[in-house]
Amino acid sequence: MSDTRIIQTDLSSVLTVEEIAEIDHELVHIPYKSGAAIDALKIVQKARGWVSDECLQAIAKHLEMSSEELEGVATFYNLIYRRPVGDKVILFCDSVSCWINGCDDIKQAISDKLGVDYGETTNDNAYTLLPVPCLGACDRAPVMMVGDELVTNLNNEVVETLFASGKSGGKQ
Amino acid sequence: MEKVLTRNIVPDKGPTDMVAYEANGGYSGLRKAMSGMSPDDCREVVSQSNLRGRGGAGFPTGMKWSFVPMGDKCTPGHKYLVCNADEMEPGTFKDRLLMEYDPHQLIEGMILSAYCIGADLSYIFIRGEYVVAIERLREALAECYAKGYLGENIMGSGYKLDMYVHPSAGRYICGEETALINALEGKRANPRAKPPFPQVSGLWGRPTIVNNVETLCNIPHIIDRGADWFKGLGVGEDAGTKLFGVSGRVKNPGCWELPMGTPVREILENHAGGMQDGLQLKGFLPGGGSTDFLTQDHLDLAMDYNVIGKAGSRMGTGTMIILDDQTCPVGMVLNLIRFFAHESCGFCTPCRDGLPWSRQVLEDIENGRGKAEDLDTLEYQINYIGAIGNTHCALAPGAMEPLQSALKYFREDFERHISGGRCPYHSGVGA
Repeated sequence: MSDTRIIQTDLSSVLTVEEIAEIDHELVHIPYKSGAAIDALKIVQKARGWVSDECLQAIAKHLEMSSEELEGVATFYNLIYRRPVGDKVILFCDSVSCWINGCDDIKQAISDKLGVDYGETTNDNAYTLLPVPCLGACDRAPVMMVGDELVTNLNNEVVETLFASGKSGGKQ
Repeated sequence: MEKVLTRNIVPDKGPTDMVAYEANGGYSGLRKAMSGMSPDDCREVVSQSNLRGRGGAGFPTGMKWSFVPMGDKCTPGHKYLVCNADEMEPGTFKDRLLMEYDPHQLIEGMILSAYCIGADLSYIFIRGEYVVAIERLREALAECYAKGYLGENIMGSGYKLDMYVHPSAGRYICGEETALINALEGKRANPRAKPPFPQVSGLWGRPTIVNNVETLCNIPHIIDRGADWFKGLGVGEDAGTKLFGVSGRVKNPGCWELPMGTPVREILENHAGGMQDGLQLKGFLPGGGSTDFLTQDHLDLAMDYNVIGKAGSRMGTGTMIILDDQTCPVGMVLNLIRFFAHESCGFCTPCRDGLPWSRQVLEDIENGRGKAEDLDTLEYQINYIGAIGNTHCALAPGAMEPLQSALKYFREDFERHISGGRCPYHSGVGA
């Protein structure tokens, strides 16, 4: 029995019926299946938080592309997560207007409060801290996103309030 | 001054829905076009208006469209209109405002622009972080389909157009139009070689136009009220109004719609309220992170593409970033170069390896490890990386713009870092 067969058998049950339906819905206006690669990664990540190796292989198979090619796509984009992330991702803007307005100190305050640096997840799995290109809210700098929410005019008090229940930090 | 692009935008009131948009004259441009204007007629009005692209390059919109093959000259198949809503240029915050508070204005502009080039499919390529704008655009699209402004036979004209919101998965380089097209095709967002230009061979090899949000938002007004009216809005050489923004340590940072050609000083002092107390203006980037610094000697310049260009910079996105006298210019340039080095797509060597080299040299200088010859190294990098033609796209040359102008205007600051062996701004003594 070949390894390929084992992998194929396993992959058939990795994606949910709903995920496959949603991916197929995207294919309606896309002439090649691989054209839905990024959409498919986002669809799968939506419910699971990140894209595991198994999911990546299952998506690649469904879209009739090699998993290596899809991996090249997945790792290019900063909003596709190939490692597990916390319940909420903090996208911290460190671009120029936020920098002028002191974002380095705010970032340090968040790191101290949560006990994590960029790329790390808190021990309680509540937050993952990541840098992000300019968030387009420079008149309210410094800013960041916590999950889907934009938080503006950051200062130490805002950080303190936001993460009041801040857990003892930790690294993954 | 007459508000055009922001006339429906009152952030406290929330987004403008279909009812409110139409009550204030919305979709009258579309109605006018669908009841008797041909695509050629519409395109001619836009060409006559002298509208120039608001995404940063300032290319004339009508001319960009004129390269799309029309009628018999086009092989059968789809044509695409893509809205570049991937706002990520450091210091730029204008398209977010337009999309969050007046999504229908953008959609009407897109329907009209698609009509002008004969497109039957259109995408709003929007950065994934703009969750509010994505939601409001989707609601507005649903309203349009319900009213017959999208889909088959728009307003009974026989014209058919479908429109989709495509949230991106990140990366600054997607703002480059051919990289954006690759991203839409589900690939890595490496820019493509040009030619062929997207107007001839873009998305899926078909004719494609990519326009910025603000550019497209101008179209309904131009069609509705004509080219002469639009030209009359500017107070300088360029036509129309523009969203100008100011960020940095000013009293009232923000974004305002003003006539094209408004002087820098008026934007900075009357609208942004001037510098915060105790700070002096040292320099400013006129239109985002990849434009050259200008200084207080340039405050009386008009914000027009050619005027700012002649002064040695670019109007870019029209959103200025202010450098004050207590913020380190070396640190600011380091922040920008770090950004561009991180956002390089990695395709060509001068960008992938050159920008991290520049970052390293700047880090050394900023951290007090700089040597006198480092400035020569930076000059070498500027000449090599900054030369158009040495790189695959404009990212790395753009990155060199703030660096080369910082060395020109603030060279003393670089030298003080090197001779003093530390950043003179970090001691708290300031400049």
